Amino acid sequence: MSGTAEPTRGAAPPAGGTDPRDRGGPAQPLLAVDGLVKHFASKGGLFGKGPVVRAVDGVDFAIAKGETLGVVGESGCGKSTTARLLMQINRPDRGDIVFDGELLGSRALDLKSYRRQVQMVFQDSYASLNPRLTVEESVAFGPRAHGLSGSAALARAHDLLRRVGLEPRRFGGRYPHEISGGQRQRVNIARALALEPRLLILDEAVSALDKSVEAQVLNLLADLKREFGLTYMFISHDLNVVRFMSDRVMVMYLGRIAEIGPADAILAAPRHPYTAALLASQPSTDPDARLDEAPLTGDPPNPINPPPGCRFHTRCRFAAEVCRTREPALDPVAPAHFAACHMAVPGSGHPDAPQLPMAA
Amino acid sequence: MTAPTTLASVDPAGGAATAIETAELPIQGSRGYWGSVLRRLSRDPVAMAAALVILCIVLAAIFAPLIAPMDPFKGAMARRLRHVGDATYWLGSDELGRDMLSRLLYAGRLSLFMGVLPVVIAFFIGSGLGIVAGYAGGWVNTLIMRIIDVFFAFPSVLLAIALSGALGAGILNSIVSLTVVFVPQITRVAESVTVQIRNRDYVEAARVSGAHPFAVVRVQVLGNVLGPVFVYATSLISVSMILASGLSFLGLGVKPPEPEWGLMLNTLRTAIYVNPWVAALPGVMIFMTSISFNLVSDGLRSAMEVRQ
Amino acid sequence: MILFILKRIGYAAPVALGVTVVCFLLVHLAPGDPLSAILPVDATAEMQAQMRSAYGFDKPLPVQYGLWLWKVLHGDLGTSIATGRPVLSEVSRAVSNSLILAAVATLIGFTFGTFFGFVAGYARDSWLDRVASAIAVFGVSVPHYWLGIVMVIVFSATLGWLPPTGAGPQGSGNWWPDPEHLRYLVLPAVTMSVIPMGVISRTVRALVGDILNQDFVQALRAKGLSEFGVFRHVVKNAAPTAIAIMGLQLGYLLGGSILIETVFAWPGTGFLLNAAIFQRDLPLLQGTILVLAMFFVTLNLLVDVVQTALDPRIERA
Repeated sequence: MSGTAEPTRGAAPPAGGTDPRDRGGPAQPLLAVDGLVKHFASKGGLFGKGPVVRAVDGVDFAIAKGETLGVVGESGCGKSTTARLLMQINRPDRGDIVFDGELLGSRALDLKSYRRQVQMVFQDSYASLNPRLTVEESVAFGPRAHGLSGSAALARAHDLLRRVGLEPRRFGGRYPHEISGGQRQRVNIARALALEPRLLILDEAVSALDKSVEAQVLNLLADLKREFGLTYMFISHDLNVVRFMSDRVMVMYLGRIAEIGPADAILAAPRHPYTAALLASQPSTDPDARLDEAPLTGDPPNPINPPPGCRFHTRCRFAAEVCRTREPALDPVAPAHFAACHMAVPGSGHPDAPQLPMAA
Repeated sequence: MTAPTTLASVDPAGGAATAIETAELPIQGSRGYWGSVLRRLSRDPVAMAAALVILCIVLAAIFAPLIAPMDPFKGAMARRLRHVGDATYWLGSDELGRDMLSRLLYAGRLSLFMGVLPVVIAFFIGSGLGIVAGYAGGWVNTLIMRIIDVFFAFPSVLLAIALSGALGAGILNSIVSLTVVFVPQITRVAESVTVQIRNRDYVEAARVSGAHPFAVVRVQVLGNVLGPVFVYATSLISVSMILASGLSFLGLGVKPPEPEWGLMLNTLRTAIYVNPWVAALPGVMIFMTSISFNLVSDGLRSAMEVRQ
Repeated sequence: MILFILKRIGYAAPVALGVTVVCFLLVHLAPGDPLSAILPVDATAEMQAQMRSAYGFDKPLPVQYGLWLWKVLHGDLGTSIATGRPVLSEVSRAVSNSLILAAVATLIGFTFGTFFGFVAGYARDSWLDRVASAIAVFGVSVPHYWLGIVMVIVFSATLGWLPPTGAGPQGSGNWWPDPEHLRYLVLPAVTMSVIPMGVISRTVRALVGDILNQDFVQALRAKGLSEFGVFRHVVKNAAPTAIAIMGLQLGYLLGGSILIETVFAWPGTGFLLNAAIFQRDLPLLQGTILVLAMFFVTLNLLVDVVQTALDPRIERA
């Protein structure tokens, strides 16, 4: 399906072997993010700046080598901004990005070599391809910019097109409007892989596709991951897709992490009411399981003025007094599983919180 | 019309599932963007007629020495101001007894040159400035666009005449003044298109590939900006023709006895009571050229508006 | 709203300053010594040096600009070399004549332009639309100075209905709204109105077409609103842009009237500019252009403010 033909020159080593670029070994997270903050100034008045939109408001997480981290949340929760910050399309206001043990911006890791190792696939397959360039020209642009000769870059483009399931002789010379949405997204994936990245950020990469095409592209992504030994950060609002793809899941709400942990644990037994509500709002195919009441009502509050205390308390069915005043920290609730909810933390003051071991 | 175009109409979502397996359509040299624009333009009868008129005028100007029945500079006082339809002077003769037809043909050379060249020069300068301002953003943008704003504070006719008036009459000075008039207008369009393009995903994808900004602009931005700017520039040719001839009409452009439509219109003003139709002829040429450029530009714009 | 006006003025101020710089440099753009225009041909070197320091030409350019701007701000635009009168008084007399011509032309152009625009916009792709569009293309493509000559040929030389040149009988330099002077206004005003007519009818056609295609108009019709009621909504939505275009056109005509004023020997700013250019009267050239450009900057400002006040969709803050 994904043209796993002969391995060709220039391709990344297959899974199992060690990447010569690997520095810290398997225990070292590929990417670690610490205290990431991005506030956008909204349009101001005559003097000075207007109120700020807290798009990403203090986010820490890590992605282990070879895993897929799924990121979910409603629109506006900051998941796309996080992706753009990781790609350095927007510069974060605060926070460190550490890639394989090396701080981005330090002497050991400058922006250019970082960008060779981290690439992104955008949501809109049409908007992310230059309408005036043929498919192979778009894919060859990156390698060409990194010093490959024109013919070598084109050869790599052809190889990658074949690997994403597009026969280069047939598709290479086409313009984006001459191929289908699924094919375009395959081209975008090929383009992102052209620089042999180690981490691929997929920002709603399959959301705009038809269900059947989506499944094909997801399978392709799984194949490519194995083949090239990739690490994915997979952003989606579709929990089913995230369930299929991810090893771990991160749930974001209003620029903060609500819950993060192993995919099975989070999706089977969410510890944050927001995650539970998201799961419950998934349309079910079982008529008996349908809900009479929407589990999550209303829009998320304005990120210009996030509510005090727990950001979710305005929409939370379990909100108690403590939720309105004190912001919960992202605390461990199970092995490798963290949630920012007072209910999950013993002794938090929430009536439904587990009792402290002392009192028990 | 041919096989590749039918593929473009495949529904991106619906047809996609099977497209991978069934896309058997042969692709031999798929059509680029400009190819399809030209094809649509060729189906626009008004634009094609106007293009034909321009072609005729340009050819007549180029081959004037071969076509013109007489010497455009040699007059005869005895044969002044003959009427249109005269046996020797088909389009009459001017106030110095020179053959109007010959002069009109020769005049096309300077009039077209002075009308088109400023727009061409301004297209290069303005696109460059606009792309730099739009892509760089920040203080570079502020600096360039604020200077451009100052030139926008002058109505274009006033600016052209003020500059020509200060520099003095002459062909070169007219071309310089008109170029200065059109650079700000083209810069503004190029800047706003560049700002739009710069935020497209494909430009961001190119940026995050770590490519040099120059390479990003050259490969990803330029082709997408120059198209719309080019169409805008073609719409300025009409204005430029009118202004260039207008400068000569005022005596600020071409100097006599050189034939130029605007200048001819001026020198024949004395004849409007004696031989009004001959006096109006040079204006007909300016008008025909100007309206043809406008119609071609309109056609080009609507041919480009269609998105596949 | 007041905040918006202040902000808009804050934006116009540097532009206005830039305009003064351009006008100042205009004189220095001129080939040769600016003194040569003022001095007699056989002036001695001593006389030249004297005049040079009297005019401040011996100081560095920025200083000259500062001195010049200071005088301009106090209403001193210098003295016309040709007439010896202050430039300001020459210009203000001409401006009033030009303003009358430009205003009447804009009004005529606006009336017919909106009419054709509405007809074309309502009857998209009918023969009426094509006629109106043809008129619009004619308006923006015709060399107006040639159209003026044709008008003179037809209505003065051939038919003898209207006077060909001048602003009034016996070379009257001051236009006055009496029947005799009105006759002199007709030809130049109608000729001039062709440009704004083309521009306005194009704009209005596009506006009306867009508005009629919008969902809210469909909703109004579905609600059972009469065609006249729909028409009122269209007018209300098209008016701010149309009026803004009209204001800008007035500025363009005032600044761009030189060609038409030359054809009709209308004693306005264009006529003045023409004289200034050919007598190499640089102070007069500079003063006239400065006044016209400043008028245009102010007009732009007013148009923006009025458009914003009329159009609730534009954010004011």
